Amino acid sequence: MLDTLLIAAKTIDKGREVSIGEAGVTAIFGYAVVFSGLVVLMAVLYITGAYFKSKDEKAAAAKKTAEAANKPAPTVAAAPVADSAKPVAPGSAGHVKLHDVPDREAAMLMAIVADKMQKPINELHFISIKEVKD
Amino acid sequence: MDILETLENLWNDSGFQSFFVNGGWKNLVMIVVACVLLYLGIVKKFEPLLLVGIAFGCLLVNLSYFGPESTDALYHPDLWTNFLDPEHADYHSYGAIMAHGGLLDILYIGVKAGIYPSLIFLGVGAMTDFGPLIANPKSLLLGAAAQMGVFAAYFGAVCLGFTGNEAASIGIIGGADGPTAIFLTTRLAPHLLGPIAIAAYSYMALIPLIQPFFMNLLVTEKEKKIKMEQARNVSKTEKIIFPIIVAMFVILLLPSTAPLVGCLMLGNLWRECGVTERLSDTVQNALMNIVTVFLGISVGATTAASQFISWETIKIIVLGLAAFSFSTIGGLLVGKLMCKLSGGKINPLIGSAGVSAVPMAARVSQMEGQKANPSNFLLMHAMGPNVAGVIGSAIAAGFLLAVYK
Repeated sequence: MLDTLLIAAKTIDKGREVSIGEAGVTAIFGYAVVFSGLVVLMAVLYITGAYFKSKDEKAAAAKKTAEAANKPAPTVAAAPVADSAKPVAPGSAGHVKLHDVPDREAAMLMAIVADKMQKPINELHFISIKEVKD
Repeated sequence: MDILETLENLWNDSGFQSFFVNGGWKNLVMIVVACVLLYLGIVKKFEPLLLVGIAFGCLLVNLSYFGPESTDALYHPDLWTNFLDPEHADYHSYGAIMAHGGLLDILYIGVKAGIYPSLIFLGVGAMTDFGPLIANPKSLLLGAAAQMGVFAAYFGAVCLGFTGNEAASIGIIGGADGPTAIFLTTRLAPHLLGPIAIAAYSYMALIPLIQPFFMNLLVTEKEKKIKMEQARNVSKTEKIIFPIIVAMFVILLLPSTAPLVGCLMLGNLWRECGVTERLSDTVQNALMNIVTVFLGISVGATTAASQFISWETIKIIVLGLAAFSFSTIGGLLVGKLMCKLSGGKINPLIGSAGVSAVPMAARVSQMEGQKANPSNFLLMHAMGPNVAGVIGSAIAAGFLLAVYK
């Protein structure tokens, strides 16, 4: 059996022998290839990112102009902006009405609910949070 | 019936007597190793989804394979030696494996043919949000820097007497990416798959112990406290275009990366395009779990004592640790450089997340950042280099494959 194992060990093709010098050159060249590949990819991402950013900015500006054109001229002093009229934070699903609940506690409750439901918080829409008193 | 003779035959057929002849003690050692790995997976929760399967595969093969005469073994290393021997009649014959192999030989065909690592990448792609990378493309530099360990370990392995193919397979442990390590090793040095897979997954599980040492050594307290600005919002269209661009660019650059990068990006496209939720859900959960079962147990099977217990294995374990260390150092050094160049806007701690190990390495950056400054949230910033590391290690593997194929 031992002989068979030795024969088996001899027949495994372990690949090409390389000198230490050749290995050093391959290592440096390989690291350079990984770097340059990812640098080119970075440049591509910057270009596409810049394109989409300018597109988004243009769309936002056009929306703003259209809103301004449709808005009636104010006749009386403007009232304070209601919560529901405030701009929504990026990624948010909307506003939440808080009744006797501080912001910090509300944020904690929403995080707990999202965790229990195994859903990303930006996919949940909380309508209101109210403290129940006995 | 001669009871004594029957008992003697039973004893001779049993695995127990095999422990005492022809180096069978090595199997006992491997059984102890398997039990230690099971302990680490179950009690310490070190990468349990893979480690428990690998450990049990190791246990099964060392309980049933004691040499070429073990016809009832679940895995036969000698069949795979014949498979790789150009002068043998069974060279590259999957038919011979199917005809004479055990259960684990048949499952191992998926590893040998590179199917499991690619399917795992399909699931990884579907689970990964590349948003932080798209929002901050500079992260790719950190992902590239953290491949230093791959090439340092490759060079070290050649210095220790390994062939080029073996050194390349050992080096890729530094990519901290299990499927990539398995994929490259099955192509370049399949006889080293067992130790390389065990080293890669063990060190990935030990990242929370390995990386903080280098973070404390190289990053100052002031740098650790740096708070990073919130990254821009990434549109859905950008997220859809990203996998298509990366697949086209990387596969054209290094065609040998096609199975890994192609599957990674296909999985991500299914996640992001918004019209294939069912497929995305299947590859993230059902398919990923099924492949993990097969991959774990069949990789574990490659740890047959007759092949595993050797000086080569010890050298691989040491080189693997060096690979992880150098990768962490590379990421941190470039992180420090970017911190200086950006006028202190980038926290160097996110550099160490450039070693793949998603999301463990990013979590370590977050934890170390928060230790220095409790109001610091680096997780999303560290996810950029973290996923860049996956692409970086695939490119490194593609390069090594192109050199030694």
